[in-house]
Amino acid sequence: MMRSFFATASLVAMVTAASPAAAQEMKAEVIHWWTSGGESAAVKVFADQFTKAGGTWVDSAVAGGANARTAAINRTVGGNPPAMMQFNTGKQFDELVEGGMLIDVDALATEGKWKSVMPEAIVNAATRNGKMFAVPINIHGQNWIWFNKQVLDSVGAAEPKSWDDAIAIMDKVKARGIIPLAFSGQKVWERGLFNAVLLDKGGPALWNGLYSKRDQAMVKGADFRAAAETYAKLRSYVDPGSPGRNWNDATALVIQGKAAMQLMGDWAKGEFASAGKVAGKDFGCAIIGSKGGGYVMGGDIFAFPKLKDPAAAKAQVTLAKLLVEPETQILFNQKKGSIPVRIDVDASRLDLCAQKAMKLVADKSQQVASVEMLAPPAMNGALEDVYSQYWNTPSMTVDQFVDKVISVLKQQM
Amino acid sequence: MSLARFRLSSRAAAASSLLPAFLVMLVVYIGSTGWTVWMSLTSSRMLPNNTFVGLRQYEILFSNDRWLTSVHNLVLFGLLFVAASLVLGFLLAVAIDQKVRAEDTLRSVFLYPYSMSFVVTGLVWQWLLNPTHGIQKLVRDWGFPEFAFDWIVRQDTVIYCLVLGGVWHAAGLVMAIMLAGLRGIDEDIWKAARVDGLPVWRVYLSIVIPMLGASFATAGVLLSTSVVRLYDLSVSMTNGGPGIASEVPAKFVMDHLFERQNIGLATAAATSMLVTVVSVVAPYLFWRVRKAGVR
Repeated sequence: MMRSFFATASLVAMVTAASPAAAQEMKAEVIHWWTSGGESAAVKVFADQFTKAGGTWVDSAVAGGANARTAAINRTVGGNPPAMMQFNTGKQFDELVEGGMLIDVDALATEGKWKSVMPEAIVNAATRNGKMFAVPINIHGQNWIWFNKQVLDSVGAAEPKSWDDAIAIMDKVKARGIIPLAFSGQKVWERGLFNAVLLDKGGPALWNGLYSKRDQAMVKGADFRAAAETYAKLRSYVDPGSPGRNWNDATALVIQGKAAMQLMGDWAKGEFASAGKVAGKDFGCAIIGSKGGGYVMGGDIFAFPKLKDPAAAKAQVTLAKLLVEPETQILFNQKKGSIPVRIDVDASRLDLCAQKAMKLVADKSQQVASVEMLAPPAMNGALEDVYSQYWNTPSMTVDQFVDKVISVLKQQM
Repeated sequence: MSLARFRLSSRAAAASSLLPAFLVMLVVYIGSTGWTVWMSLTSSRMLPNNTFVGLRQYEILFSNDRWLTSVHNLVLFGLLFVAASLVLGFLLAVAIDQKVRAEDTLRSVFLYPYSMSFVVTGLVWQWLLNPTHGIQKLVRDWGFPEFAFDWIVRQDTVIYCLVLGGVWHAAGLVMAIMLAGLRGIDEDIWKAARVDGLPVWRVYLSIVIPMLGASFATAGVLLSTSVVRLYDLSVSMTNGGPGIASEVPAKFVMDHLFERQNIGLATAAATSMLVTVVSVVAPYLFWRVRKAGVR
C-alpha cells in the first residue's frame, strides 16, 4: 500500500517535472476555418484543453472552408505541413492518404475504443484501407427543418412529418401573406433542399443508390421522379428575394416571424440562440421523412500530416486523444451547435434539438451518411450544378432533369 | 581587335543581365502554361497525376451546361461591356470637354468607380438591384406598387446586371483616356470645320473619332483584358446565380481547381480559354508584324 503510494507520488513528481520541458516541445500548428463568433469559441475549447495538457496551440484560421483546405493541402504537398488540419467528414482527404502523406490513427482508435462509440458511417468516413486516418470530432445534422412556433400555431399546424405535410402547412401560411419557406438561393443550399426532399421520398435506399452506388436505374425510378416533382413544387413557396441570399439571412426571416420554416443544418441553431430564442418555445426543429426518415450526418474531422520532428509527432498524438475525450466533446459541441461524435456521452447537458439528434443517431436505421462522405467533390459539384439549374429553370421537365443527372453519373468521377 | 573584344563582352554582359528575366518568362509563363495543357490531358483530381486520358476532359467540358453557359455569358458580356463602356466613356469625355464649370470635380466623380475593386462594385450593385431591399423596393415605397426591376433574380436578364456593374466601373477610365485624346486635337481643326459650316456632331463623327483611333485601341485593349479575367464581379454580385445563369469561364476554372478538386477539368477549361484568346490575338499580331515588315 505504502509502496504503491510512493510509486504514484514519484510518478506524479516525474510527470510534473517533465511537463515544462514538454510544453516547449509540444507545439502544434492547426489549420481550420472556424472564424465566426460561435465557431472560434468552439475551437478555443480544443486549444484550452491542449494548453492544459502542456502543449502550445498555434492557431492558423483561414476564412472559408475551401480556402483553408487549399492552404493546408498545398502546404502538405509542398513539404511544410501543419500538425493538424480540418476537413469535412468525407472524401476530401482521399488523395492525401493515397499519397502516403497522413499518419494513421488506428492504434489510438483501438486504444480509445472509438469504433464502438462512434456511429458506423462516421467511422467509415474516416477509414481508408481498414485504418482510420482522421479523428472525427462532431456530427452535424444537415436536414433539419427549423420552424417558427408562433407562425405554425397561428395556422393551427403541428410539426410537419413529411414534405407533403409541410406543403399543406405552407399553403395555409401563404394564404396569410407570410413567406412559407425561407430560402437562400445559392447552389449549395439548392442542393441541400433537393437532398432533403430526396431522402423523404426515397429513404436511405435511394440516397445510397444515387450517391454511393451511382445506380442509374434508381434515378429513372418512381421515387426519384417524385422527389423531383416535389422539389419543383417548392419553388412557389419561396419569396422573390431568395436568389443569392445568405443562409443566415433566411434564418433571420424565420426568427422574425416573416417566414414559417427553413431547411438548414444544425449550424442555424446558433442564429436562434444569439437572437435569444428558446428551442421548443419560440422555435422548433424537426427531421422529416415518409420512408423511415434519416438523419443526414455530416461533420468535421482532423487529419494529421506526417511530420519529421518527433516532438511534433508527440503533440499530434496528444491532440488526437484529447479531441475525443467525453468532456472536450461536450464543451466543444455546446458551443458549435453540433452533437458529440460519440453516443456514450451525457446528452442532458445539450439543448433540446441536440438531445433529439442524439436519440436519432443512436438508432442505426436513422444514420445516413452525408453526400460528402459518399461521393467525391467533383461529382457532388457537378450534381449541384444540375440541381441548381433545375431549381431555377421552371421550364425544365422532370425527364430533362433525370437525363442530366444520369449524364453526371456516367462521367465516372 | 581590342574594340571587337570589348563589343563582344558588352554583348555578353547584356545577355547575362537579361537572363534572369528570360528564365522567369520561360519557367513561369511558358512552363506553367505547358504544365496546364499537360494536366488537361490527364485524369488529375485533387492532386496532379500523369495518367494520360487523351481529350476526355474536353469531351466532358464541352458537354457541360455550366461551361457552355459560361462561354456564352462571356461573349455576351464582352461585346456589351466593351461597346457600352466605349460609347459612354466617349460621351462623358465629350461632355466634359465642353469647357464646363467644375470640370475637375466631375472628372473625379466619373473616374471614382474605377478606383474601387470589382468586389466592392459587385456588392454595391447587388444591394441596389436586389428586389426586396434595393431600387425596386424604393420605387414601390414611393407609391408605384407595380414597379418591377428584378433583373438580378431572373436567369434571362442577370447577365445584363453584370454588364451594368462593369460599365459603371469602367466608363470613367475610358473617359479619362478619351479626354486626353480630345485635348490632343488641334484647335485649328475645329476652326476649319466651323469655317466650312459643319455641324458639331458631324465633326465628332467624321473627324474627331477617326483621329482618336489610338485612344479607342488603348481603351479597347484594357477593357478586353478585364473581360477575359472576369471573375470577382460575378462572384460578389451573383455568385454565378440564379442557377448557373451568370457563371463565367474564370469562375468555372477556379471552382473546379480548388473547391471541386477536379484539376483535369479545370485545366481543360483554362486551356480552352487560352486557345480562344490566342486565336483572336494571333491574327492581329501577325498582321502587325507583316505591316512593320512591309514598312
